[in-house]
Amino acid sequence: MGKLIAQRLALGFLTLFGASVMIFAGTELLPGDLASALLQNNATEENLAVMRKELGLDRPAPVRYVEWFGGALKGDLGKSLATERPVVADLAPRLRNTIFLAIYAAVVAVPFAIGLGLLAAVFQGSIFDRGVNMATLMTISIPEYLVGYLLMKYISVQLGWLPTLANVTEQTPLGERFYLSLLPMLTLVLVTIAHMMRMTRASVLAIMASPYIEMAFLKGIPKWIVVVRHAFPNALAPVISVVALNLAYLIVGVVVVESVFVYPGLGQLMVDAVSKHDVPVVQACGLLFASAFIVLNMLADIAAILANPRLRHPR
Amino acid sequence: MSPRPFGPRLFGHRVTIPAMLGLAIIAINLIAALGAPWLSPFDQADVVCDAWDDPSAEHLLGCDNLGRDLLSRLLFGARMSIGLSLLITSLSFTIGIITGFTAAIAKGWVDAALSRAVDLLLSMPSLIFAFVVLSVLGTEIPVLVITLACLDSTRVFRLSRALAMNIVALEYVEVAKLRGEGLWWIITREVLPAARAPLIAEYGLRFSFAFLFVAALSFLGLGIQPPDADWGSMVRDYRDMINLGITAPFWPAGAIAVLTIGVNFVVDWLLAIQSRGHGENA
Repeated sequence: MGKLIAQRLALGFLTLFGASVMIFAGTELLPGDLASALLQNNATEENLAVMRKELGLDRPAPVRYVEWFGGALKGDLGKSLATERPVVADLAPRLRNTIFLAIYAAVVAVPFAIGLGLLAAVFQGSIFDRGVNMATLMTISIPEYLVGYLLMKYISVQLGWLPTLANVTEQTPLGERFYLSLLPMLTLVLVTIAHMMRMTRASVLAIMASPYIEMAFLKGIPKWIVVVRHAFPNALAPVISVVALNLAYLIVGVVVVESVFVYPGLGQLMVDAVSKHDVPVVQACGLLFASAFIVLNMLADIAAILANPRLRHPR
Repeated sequence: MSPRPFGPRLFGHRVTIPAMLGLAIIAINLIAALGAPWLSPFDQADVVCDAWDDPSAEHLLGCDNLGRDLLSRLLFGARMSIGLSLLITSLSFTIGIITGFTAAIAKGWVDAALSRAVDLLLSMPSLIFAFVVLSVLGTEIPVLVITLACLDSTRVFRLSRALAMNIVALEYVEVAKLRGEGLWWIITREVLPAARAPLIAEYGLRFSFAFLFVAALSFLGLGIQPPDADWGSMVRDYRDMINLGITAPFWPAGAIAVLTIGVNFVVDWLLAIQSRGHGENA
């Protein structure tokens, strides 16, 4: 098992390295370069040369990549082109906000989804099962912003229970933070819950067809105990991987949801930076999002190895 | 024998109720997209009333923030959103199928190199990578189409490679190879016809993905730029009005959701047909 996990870890770090190359290359392999894109109409030969020198574009790309990635590992992500401040200074508080929102949503969504999935499996074919199934099928197709605005319209505007915008600042106390980001959290929960719930139901039902479950029924064990004690532990591996995949999806969903509720997170920062062509900030945010995605996927695989005794002994 | 189920049939298969609903939704959207200039009462950019006028007989859905007819913008928006997504999906399929089939036919280092490159592209969320590219290239429509098509083609590559792997092992492909046919012949004449059915279902799935992706980018202000109407940026333009109880943003957002649900209904039906095969009750 140790070897299997070590292999997965190594692959994860290799992917991380590959992703950093891609993010860097994505801004390099272009017709023209950043300097001409920034200057646009003022791109005379002299201006271009000065600009390139200023941005360090006069040196070869591999050198700049090593500098950038080496700096990123040490926590130095360069300077923003728009504000000329170090990227990390703008990034750190935003990152904290986004992590807060993502964990907040995950803590609610994961138990809720697994619980609903188990209930749907226990009452398979019932009205409850079909109702939950239809509802989740709908939420898969509905874009995050529609869910967000619907919640905003009915819960905030008509009922007046919650604020429409999540103006979280550095000074906001923790309790108020939970209150202010309740609507963004709910939106994220609603858009991520469907896959997790359906996967839990499907994998429990797949196990329910096996002989040992039939045996458990023949012994006279009640259905809910069979589902929870006998079927669910064996269905854990696919459930874990789908949970992790959805947490990774949460990271992307966060970008749109933050924009809906004007929540000061990493996604907002990245979107602003993209429209301002602020490449260092975009690269830094991209690197963070990609790392979170890759690490979550890696953890999912490792958790699946740990949860499934059959994977512990590779043949 | 169960009695022969009745109801309308398409391609020799019974059309289920959700599939019918889905096909109707797609048809309505296509009519709106194709017929926008004739169906819409006003031009998408003309200011014809006061800002946020209520719905009336003349302006069925009311007016938007600049006093443009909302219904007309919705119809023209259909044209932009759907047309662009179709373009992206088609391009992505062309790239994905050619590279995927080539990888399966050529095997060896070509396959290994293409597969690893795709693994790497899929190792991070495509929205994030799209951001990185768009931040440098800007958001003109050709840039948008090519970037999204390339990112999306990675998933088409996976599917078409897996499909072609099974097909190239069949005797008739071996015969074609022995006959000395070129790569292009084998892709288009031998492999593609056999892989058509699952690829069509995948096209629907990829379309709804591209459609949501373009809408999300436009919603974030990084997609289609004004004055062209499209559903994503319409949601963005009208969103501040939710606080005042105006329903304008829900029309384009709802249209996005309804079309996606419709396409998914049809895709579900197509996938169900494939797993069931052909026959009287199919």
